Amino acid sequence: MVAAPLPRTRHRRAFDILFRLGTYVALLLVIGPAAWILIGVVARAVPHWQWKVLTTPTHGTSGGLENAIIGTLVLMAGVFIIAGTIGVFAGIHLAELARPRRNGKESGGLLRTASDVLSGFPSIVLGYVGYVALVVGLHWGFSLLPALIILSIMVIPYIAKSTESALRQVPTGYREGAEALGMSTGYSLRKVVLKSALPGIVTGLLLALAIACGETAPLIYTAGWTDAVPNLQLTGSHGFAYLTYPIFTFYNQPGQQAHDLAYDAALILVVIVLILLVTSRIIVARTQRHADR
Amino acid sequence: MKAIGGTAGDLPGAPPAKAMRRAPAARRIVDALRSSEEQLWRWTARVAVVLPLAALVFAITVLAIKAYPAIIVNGWSFLTGSSWTYGSSYGATVHTHGVAHPMGSSFGAWPLILGTIQTSAVAVVIALPISIGAAFALTERLPRWVSQPLGFAVELLAGFPSVIIGLWGILTFGPFLARHVYPHIADHMPDVPVLRYFRNPVGHGEGLLTAGIVLALMIVPIITATTRDLFGQIPPLPKEGGEALGMTDWEVARRISLRWVRSGIIGATVLGLGRALGETIAVVMITGSILHVAPNIYSPMTTIAATILTQLDGALTDGTGFAVATLAELALVLAVISVAVNLVARFIVKRSGRLGGPVGRA
Repeated sequence: MVAAPLPRTRHRRAFDILFRLGTYVALLLVIGPAAWILIGVVARAVPHWQWKVLTTPTHGTSGGLENAIIGTLVLMAGVFIIAGTIGVFAGIHLAELARPRRNGKESGGLLRTASDVLSGFPSIVLGYVGYVALVVGLHWGFSLLPALIILSIMVIPYIAKSTESALRQVPTGYREGAEALGMSTGYSLRKVVLKSALPGIVTGLLLALAIACGETAPLIYTAGWTDAVPNLQLTGSHGFAYLTYPIFTFYNQPGQQAHDLAYDAALILVVIVLILLVTSRIIVARTQRHADR
Repeated sequence: MKAIGGTAGDLPGAPPAKAMRRAPAARRIVDALRSSEEQLWRWTARVAVVLPLAALVFAITVLAIKAYPAIIVNGWSFLTGSSWTYGSSYGATVHTHGVAHPMGSSFGAWPLILGTIQTSAVAVVIALPISIGAAFALTERLPRWVSQPLGFAVELLAGFPSVIIGLWGILTFGPFLARHVYPHIADHMPDVPVLRYFRNPVGHGEGLLTAGIVLALMIVPIITATTRDLFGQIPPLPKEGGEALGMTDWEVARRISLRWVRSGIIGATVLGLGRALGETIAVVMITGSILHVAPNIYSPMTTIAATILTQLDGALTDGTGFAVATLAELALVLAVISVAVNLVARFIVKRSGRLGGPVGRA
């Protein structure tokens, strides 16, 4: 393996020090921008923060963000229900129920590949499909349902993947123990396997929600935008507000108010994402502590 | 399905046989429910797992049907041409191969395809060494109490919505680069074939290089997280053996650790590439969305994904619907590229297992 003649030791030492420094610089180049973005948004939004932003709907490029906040929360709830259910069941299938093929290969190859490919599918293309097929094709108009469907399709692969890997981490002994006690597959799945995989599944769901609440590209084509506070009308509502839209469109509009609103929306989104990430971290840390005992 | 869910009735010393004989009526119902529970799980899961495949097929079918007229008229020159004109919306409608489109409309996506490749290439070239270096620092260098919170920063970078990264990129980071970094590069570049591309003017930080750097930041978490996990899975003995032979940290890293996990890192990088190819919002905000081939690395340009988003309003003014069909063709091109890239990534990862395999394995 070490066929090439080694350079002289001093050069090697010097190069090694450069390498060590390089790894720290690389780490700094990752953490620096993350901190810069976070601090940048907070520093720009907090000085002019007014609580009435939470309770006033948008009016043109001024007013507040009540409509957008409620819209994003509704979308997150919808994605949680639709994508959560489908994604978790898909993950259960891939990890537990798919029977091995006769030739010994693991089954679900095509389905797993499809799910993986979908997770790398460009969100703007999904948005365009939603526009062509649902908004225009089915005459639903810019509204909640097409946005919810496209957003759910986007995050189902993530949830399926995290559910699958959470289930795979459940020790085989648990399943064998349940079978030895005479439990049926369904019963042991519900009472034993899913229960011990729950923290991993919930973590995956939270991260999927973080993705969903920060998406813009697929929503512009499916949800549109409106100043009105969203209700639960599924189709034909002539637009549906969500938090990423004011960031994307107001930052280069004239007027200080528009810029302030863009940064307010960014701050609220960052807070939502932080809450989701920290919660998932806490869940992971807690289960690890239990597992160690 | 016998004696499921043991109760006191099954235990020795419990009620006599007569009582046992009466129980089955009730128990049979429970049994039926329990065995059908399994069927219920199975069928729900089966339906759920087919949905991603169905969604994928549906999306590509819709795009193909919608794009069909545009594919016929635009032909192969769609991939190589570089004019993008909707034609006169007031002029006569022309029919080519039976498809109606405005007179003078002509679509060539070469600048967009090239722009997509350029930004993604810049992103991967920057992201790969940074990710590997950061993953090294996190797993091999720093103590756990330092690396864990720093690992959260990586997660945070992955969790930032792309629109917020775009906002930071265009209002804070781009101007910073244009003022303090780009001039130093541009002023010292000689006027020779490849490096000429890095010469002035540097613009205002809105363009190809800024977009590439920001895309790099967006894919760094993907590659870093995967690489960190892979490094954690390398058994310690080969590394200790290397050190015992007198290898420096760099040599252990290069000759043992990196070779061990090489294919996993390549797979993660290609996945990151897929993300960079399809990223839309941040690119729209940062590239300046100019439909041309960038004359130098700092200048505004655009990508396929960005064009699909920015050109829809313009395309809707075409009464014949041909421009919308062309956007569908564009979306189809992007979809095909991204599916191909993803499949290649899976293939690389799968071929040699999740780990690259130990050094010198037969």
